[in-house]
Amino acid sequence: MFSLLLDLIQPSSGHIVSNDVRIDQSEDWKPFTSAFIDESFLIGYLTPEEYFYFIGELRGQNKADIDALIASYSDFFNGEAVGQKKYLRDLSKGNQKKVGIVAALIGKPQVVILDEPFANLDPSTQIRLKKIIKDLANDPEVTVLVSSHDLIHVTEVAQRVVLLEKGKVVKDIEKSSATFKELEDYFIGISEIHAPVATVLTEEE
Amino acid sequence: MGALYFIVAFGALGVGSYFIIEEFIEKGKIVADNPFQVVNGFLIYWVFADIGYRYMLQKMPVANIKPLLYLPFKKGKIVNYALGKTVVSFFNFLPAFFFIPFSVVLIAQGYSVTGVIGWHLAMLFITLAANFLNVFMNNMDKVFYPVLAVIAGLGLSQYYGLFDITAYTGPMFMFFYENAWAFIIPLLLFIVTTYYAYHYFIKQLYLDEGLKDVAKEATTEDLSFLDRFGKLSTYLKNDIKLIKRNKRAKMTFIMGFFFVLYGLFFMNDLYSSINGMKVFAGLFCTGGFLFSFGGLVPSWDSSYYKLMMSQNIPYREFLLSKWWLMVAATVVSTLLCTFYLYFGLDWWFGMLAGAVYNIGFNSSVVLWGGGAFVKTPIDLMTTKKAFGDSKAFNAKTLLLLIPKLVLPVVIYYAFALTINESAGFIAIAATGVLGLLFRNKIFDMIEDIYKNEKYDTIAAYSQKN
Repeated sequence: MFSLLLDLIQPSSGHIVSNDVRIDQSEDWKPFTSAFIDESFLIGYLTPEEYFYFIGELRGQNKADIDALIASYSDFFNGEAVGQKKYLRDLSKGNQKKVGIVAALIGKPQVVILDEPFANLDPSTQIRLKKIIKDLANDPEVTVLVSSHDLIHVTEVAQRVVLLEKGKVVKDIEKSSATFKELEDYFIGISEIHAPVATVLTEEE
Repeated sequence: MGALYFIVAFGALGVGSYFIIEEFIEKGKIVADNPFQVVNGFLIYWVFADIGYRYMLQKMPVANIKPLLYLPFKKGKIVNYALGKTVVSFFNFLPAFFFIPFSVVLIAQGYSVTGVIGWHLAMLFITLAANFLNVFMNNMDKVFYPVLAVIAGLGLSQYYGLFDITAYTGPMFMFFYENAWAFIIPLLLFIVTTYYAYHYFIKQLYLDEGLKDVAKEATTEDLSFLDRFGKLSTYLKNDIKLIKRNKRAKMTFIMGFFFVLYGLFFMNDLYSSINGMKVFAGLFCTGGFLFSFGGLVPSWDSSYYKLMMSQNIPYREFLLSKWWLMVAATVVSTLLCTFYLYFGLDWWFGMLAGAVYNIGFNSSVVLWGGGAFVKTPIDLMTTKKAFGDSKAFNAKTLLLLIPKLVLPVVIYYAFALTINESAGFIAIAATGVLGLLFRNKIFDMIEDIYKNEKYDTIAAYSQKN
């Protein structure tokens, strides 16, 4: 579904409108949208720094902007990933993910799309990432779309939770203190019947 | 494709070399008593070449071993399996395609049957010993390259008649024929190398030892001089890193320049009298990189194509970067081709005409063909399929040869036969200039193709992931 949002696959029916731009007809959504879906968004033969500069140049940022951005996320990298004289393809999955996520924040995008951002990250990085996402979401100009299978992460980070089951919207709720219970009950309910694959999509504005 | 070529070539040599050498001896071009003696003389180079290309190309099947480690097998069994696997390598079968027919010819020519069999077995065990030698000969560049230099030096000194090593090594190999039992010596060599290979390998059988993927330290180079290309520099910098840091791309790059020598194949009397061949040679020699690298755009970026498609990247800039690279490489190749002047001015004109046609016209044609038909993802890290990917080679790519190679020859003859040779060359170059003038128009068309094919290309590239 995130692939549809990025116009990487064609919709079989309907269309998506983002910020008044119809995604399958115009490319004007590209400057204000950024995403990290999987490793195919990384360029394996670059170092993380080179990758940031490359994305930065595409998004109209200069080298100093990027250096400042890398510095501001230094605690997120936690001394790993950047400055190690390693190419992206030689980094661990978790460090690759960190690089991908930070790259998706380059150039102040208004729509940030992150697919399963918490997977493969160590607990302390997960906590830092939650803080980053929350800070971003507090900016009224920015929308962050996050998908996750983890209900705790979802309820902690999201302002609006959309539950999809086999492509259909099952729930669409503003988050409150009762949301976690509500979601959990829902999944306990279906796990007792059968085991379908359900994705939780969260959105915050 | 490459493998088949080698098999046919070796087989043909195995059957034919005896008679070819015999003829040379009769004509007095080679001084020797019989062809067998000549072959034995050169076997020393064969053996070193065998070890050399094994060292560079034959790799241990390490990747297949990892999953076996934690299954209930004894270590010895895993090592035997891995070593056994190297025996069925192409490198061991290839020599057979030479030695078996050659041995048959020898027997047919009246050589002693037991002697030939003994000699053949000796060759077989030398080949196998080389196979196992290669197992524990990894990362020995410091030894390998000096030895390579010495062998090359010996070859040169033989060529110039200074010192002939084959006079000493030839009798050594002849010894295996004259004393059929002597194959025991290479057999022992084979057993010793196998023994060492086994023990070397079993020590390496840990994830942090021999099975470790060696990560090269990243080096960043300053490419800021490219900034003068403006927006294009972003992509140019990336493409240069692509070529420098990825095995597959690097090899394509180097191979591209070997095409410069391709024209030498046309130098024998059979071809050099045909002027159309000069056009062919011109296109190939100057366009090696253009065809081999450009023909695979956009697959070079296949592993991160989704990123490219979701970023704000105009196709034109993305493609122009590749175009400039091809143009630059073609210019360099053309400069390298200056030595064809030695063969005559018309050869050089052929090169120049080919170069202009390549720059003006073929550079756009390969990008167009790539956008329309090339949907095979490239694994940048391996050189495995570098010689002819069967999937990238289909009827459509064959059709593209018409504008790339056939059309210029047709143009040449249209003008060369009606006016004169020079007019033919000028006409080709003029077509190239026309292509250059209409480049932007052509790029509009190419861009449309890339846009239309976007979803199909993304789907094809993500299939492997």
